[in-house]
Amino acid sequence: MLSNYRFIAFETILIKEIRRFARIWVQTLVPPAITIGLYFLIFGNLIGRRIGEMGGFDYMQFIVPGLIMMAVIQNSYANVTSSFFSQKFQRSIEELIVSPVPNYVILMGFIAGGVARGLAVGFIVTLMSFVFTDLTIHNLPITILVVLMTAIVFSLAGFLNALYANSFDDISIIPTFVLTPLIYLGGVFYSIDLLPSAGRIVSSFNPIFYMVNTFRYGILGSSDVNIYWSIGMLCVFVGILYTICIYLLNKGTGLRH
Amino acid sequence: MTSAISISDLHKTYANGYQALKGVNLEVEKGDFFALLGPNGAGKSTTIGVISTLVKQSSGKVSVFGKDVATNVYETKLDLGIVPQEVNFSLFEKVGDIVTTQAGYYGLPRALARERTEKYLKKLGLWDKRDNRARMLSGGMKRRLMIARALVHEPRLLILDEPTAGVDIELRRSMWEFLQELNRNGTTIILTTHYLEEAESLCRNIAIIDEGRIIENTSMKKLLNKLDSQTLVFDLRDELQEQKFEELAIPRSKLVDVHTFEVDLGKDEDINGVFEHLQAHKIAVKAIRNKSNRLEQLFLNRLNGA
Repeated sequence: MLSNYRFIAFETILIKEIRRFARIWVQTLVPPAITIGLYFLIFGNLIGRRIGEMGGFDYMQFIVPGLIMMAVIQNSYANVTSSFFSQKFQRSIEELIVSPVPNYVILMGFIAGGVARGLAVGFIVTLMSFVFTDLTIHNLPITILVVLMTAIVFSLAGFLNALYANSFDDISIIPTFVLTPLIYLGGVFYSIDLLPSAGRIVSSFNPIFYMVNTFRYGILGSSDVNIYWSIGMLCVFVGILYTICIYLLNKGTGLRH
Repeated sequence: MTSAISISDLHKTYANGYQALKGVNLEVEKGDFFALLGPNGAGKSTTIGVISTLVKQSSGKVSVFGKDVATNVYETKLDLGIVPQEVNFSLFEKVGDIVTTQAGYYGLPRALARERTEKYLKKLGLWDKRDNRARMLSGGMKRRLMIARALVHEPRLLILDEPTAGVDIELRRSMWEFLQELNRNGTTIILTTHYLEEAESLCRNIAIIDEGRIIENTSMKKLLNKLDSQTLVFDLRDELQEQKFEELAIPRSKLVDVHTFEVDLGKDEDINGVFEHLQAHKIAVKAIRNKSNRLEQLFLNRLNGA
């Protein structure tokens, strides 16, 4: 009975989250599709033809996995920060706090919402990539596992950001000044072979570099990193971020006075 | 008999050092219609916040139907329905979705959640607005929506924090009737309000909180009996000049204007004496009313330490 009630509560949060980003699809689903479509057109198609091969593949083929991953990361993060912070701002989060929903169910509901939007945008971008290149998947389980874990990691990170946020500025600082540089320097557009040795060392500290390369392995069968190490690292990130989020929720940080 | 709410030695000090509650003790019986009164900043909303777990208590104990809210979080929350002072739902969601979603948080299966949503939106006159976005509702409708949302899981205890603030008289009366019906059907109701007439009309028991402490906790009847005097206002049919009014020689009376005078009546005095004076001078009275609400007078006396 109790587990059933928890499942219903989880399902309710997830449905609410999906309904929210579907209702404002012009803000949530269309812009990333247009932005990534322009990357395909300009970098992949127009400039890519002059670049030739990268890591043993057409430049267009090379950047497709990175761009899908970029869409997944940005959108899973943005969904949780904007939704959770809006609820804090409008105080509608109190609906959840006064209800008997356990904190871990609240967290899982929002994370599932972030993953849903990340995957929805990732799916749209994948469909768009078929217009520009032929895409075959080298290893489906690895591809699904990595994209799912990445979406979970960035949904958790977005939740953490929203918990601490007190203004709308607070939810745009991290994506602008941390997330975007990490994504662009995470091997979306280039192979690590192009970097000088110092650059390779710096890249090895960028977690997104591992995620992009492992996803690229799933699709193309080629990677600059050890994929098992990457998957292990993703698991550690999920564990650490989940523990921090639950600790802060139980403490009432940003929610209870 | 288990109390619906039992609060003992509740303290709350906020992070900025402000002491909102300084040892609140309160019992509300099952089935009661209870008023919690106090001036702004007295600690009413903080007390409700602690009961609903929106505010973390510094020390003390709060029990709902005999269960400690700190250790029986889920059981106590199932018994509680909270109607906050300020709107706290998403203004972009549909009215029906707001109530159905809340039902889901309490574990109600989808079909039952929709059934209850229909039931309470109809009871509160919002069913025809179910597909409207919440931002399209008037102030009164938003308050009714919060009541429907708080009732969707059918709690045994409903706490309303100033539910009729800013609501027009007609709507306020219909909300009173609805709350009275709910109470008759067994729901314990705790109400905070600034409309003392509301507390006097609806509630059987009352507590007054001031500066974080309960300064009065008794039945409405006992409290009203404490009133030493009341000021009655007489509206006259014909004009009464000051000279003639002085001839009446009514004790502790004052002429307000040519159609109105006031009389201070002691606790043990009756009104017949006044009428004897009026009849002797053939002065016709059109209406009599209390100058101020009796509870309001007591409330102010109590706060001023009288």
